[in-house]
Amino acid sequence: MMGYDLFELAVRNLRQSKLRNGLTTVGISVGVASLVAMLSLGVGLQQLATRRLAGSGMFDTVFVTSKQDFRGLDREEDRKDQHPENAPLLDESARDKMAHLQYVTEVVPEIRVMGEIIYGGQTHFGFVTGLPMSARENDAFDSLQGKFFSRSDADEVILLNDFAKELNPQNPKALIGKEVTLRYGEHQPLAADSQTSGTPELGAQGSNSNAGDDYGFSVVRKMQPLKVVGILDEEPYGGMRTVSRGRIFLPVDLTENLNMAQFGDMRSSLRGQGKTYMTLTVRVKDPAKVAQVQDAIKQMGFRTFSVLDATKSLRRFFTVLDLFLGIFGSLALAVATLAIINTLVMAVLERRREIGVMKAIGASDGDVKRLFFAEAGAMGFFGGVLGIALGFAIGKAINIGTGIYLRNHQLPAEPVWILPPWLIGAAIAFSIVVSLLAGLYPASRAARLDPVQTLKYE
Amino acid sequence: MGSSLIRAVDGISLTVDHGEFVALLGQSGSGKSTLLNLLAGLDRPTSGSVVVQGRDLAKMSSKELAAYRRNDVGMVFQAFHLIPSMTTTDNVELPMRFAEVDRVERAQRVRESLERVGLGQRLEHRPSELSGGEQQRVSIARALVNRPSLLLADEPTGNLDSHTGEEILKLIRDLSHSLGMTVVMVTHERALAERFARRLIFLGDGKILSPAPATSNLAPGEGSRSSSANPKPEVEEAPA
Repeated sequence: MMGYDLFELAVRNLRQSKLRNGLTTVGISVGVASLVAMLSLGVGLQQLATRRLAGSGMFDTVFVTSKQDFRGLDREEDRKDQHPENAPLLDESARDKMAHLQYVTEVVPEIRVMGEIIYGGQTHFGFVTGLPMSARENDAFDSLQGKFFSRSDADEVILLNDFAKELNPQNPKALIGKEVTLRYGEHQPLAADSQTSGTPELGAQGSNSNAGDDYGFSVVRKMQPLKVVGILDEEPYGGMRTVSRGRIFLPVDLTENLNMAQFGDMRSSLRGQGKTYMTLTVRVKDPAKVAQVQDAIKQMGFRTFSVLDATKSLRRFFTVLDLFLGIFGSLALAVATLAIINTLVMAVLERRREIGVMKAIGASDGDVKRLFFAEAGAMGFFGGVLGIALGFAIGKAINIGTGIYLRNHQLPAEPVWILPPWLIGAAIAFSIVVSLLAGLYPASRAARLDPVQTLKYE
Repeated sequence: MGSSLIRAVDGISLTVDHGEFVALLGQSGSGKSTLLNLLAGLDRPTSGSVVVQGRDLAKMSSKELAAYRRNDVGMVFQAFHLIPSMTTTDNVELPMRFAEVDRVERAQRVRESLERVGLGQRLEHRPSELSGGEQQRVSIARALVNRPSLLLADEPTGNLDSHTGEEILKLIRDLSHSLGMTVVMVTHERALAERFARRLIFLGDGKILSPAPATSNLAPGEGSRSSSANPKPEVEEAPA
């Protein structure tokens, strides 16, 4: 029998018992819908989590510190290292080397200093943090009022909303475009010749007999006029979080140009190490390359940190979650499978004589089998399509529901349910395959019917 | 209750000529329907052979038998056995679906077949909307549509009044003449059979009762379309 005839006969047969076949099809569609709703929820949650992490700027970032610092953190790797004081310094040359590593897009020092903003004759204290231009992609800037920095060394400042309120309680927004003055401490090396003598050996000079071995710097109070370009609602993540909190954001190159005195400076000076960084933030082109870059930096002798391990376990978590959601979703489809078997077995019993007639006028066993398969497949197809529609509606409802819930908790609404196109195709195909499997038994039962028995005159 | 072996047809040997109209007569349980089912390839003999046009049906696979039924045999039943949900045209078209006849050709052949049985209208009616005679005409049209060489009729007049029954038998005889089609008909109405069939064969207890009119050509020669059920075809029937 040709495909078209098969399809036509199958659809005709299905329409013979509209109610029963309709109910079975709805049963399949409920199964497909629950599967689709569950899997889409898994996909949606995963994308939500991924988006959040990527937006936090931590996915493609490696944080680098010298093993000389933070020794109290008691890390496994540090304990193995017998002489952390001999570890390489996180200085300009190390920064330069990292910047030239493959896949590295930028290396930015983490700068956080105390400063004061003078506005309208009042002085307001706050921590100043340097931001790279790439921070623009950070989630926190989604709700930025005003603009982002025009250049990485522009004399511009972005204020945290809380801080802006301190400056102008009535209308913080009005600050945008206004000029403020930043008061900060500038790092000034003592004298040019005192640095050129190179790194002195610690403890070798008990007395200050040689002025050339001295190393030091002055902290000089400076003023810098800045234009307020933007106001930020929430603090951007970034860096090691514990050290990068600030309320006053400057472009990172500007902070470096201003040569602000930092906490680490004093310790560096004690050791006579010249200019070093507490933490460098290395941004990688592609999150997939983070591990590679991290290894390369470790090879250079630095301590690194990235959220790579966190994302690995996140992926594992979502795989397991998808599996469980899939299993729960499949339960309804399994029940629907029983309904298909039931419906088709009933159809075989009802159409005994019709099957006999078909055989008598030339239908082969295979034709009869294929006809029942076609009916099962058609129910699977229609059930699948209907199920997608139903699942879509359920998903929309979930999104609307969570949206309302999130808004009630003062959080921005976000879709937690996403139906990817591949899932549409896969669900319909799966529905058809499952229906065909369910049709196996009824179809072979129909094919085995003895025409002589079924055609006996009753 | 075990299945007991009942010899529905036993030791029958008969040859039917090409284009012949043969009536199988006998009482209920005489084995005439079983003999017809054997000829139709719907049933298989437990032993013996059924040779149609030189091919032994007993040795054919079920797939081959299906092909034989759709290409070489047309069947007409007492209860018409039309598909109730299908219209006249759909019912007549059905065998062509299994024979994979080109769709363009089908409409033409459906019309042709229905004209042969004298049904020009009621084409879109369902069987329940037709009279018994009309239904049997549709069923004959369905049997003819794949242009078989053998028409098997199982009590074709059993559900019809005598007048309609006569018309149907007349139609079958005319078709046999005009199309050169061999007809084997099972009936228990001897009077009708005598009027329309060329040869009568009486069956009782699965055996041929009276000596049938002598037939000399036992061997199915070239071009001669003959059906024969050779000695001892046994049919197992499970008690209902």
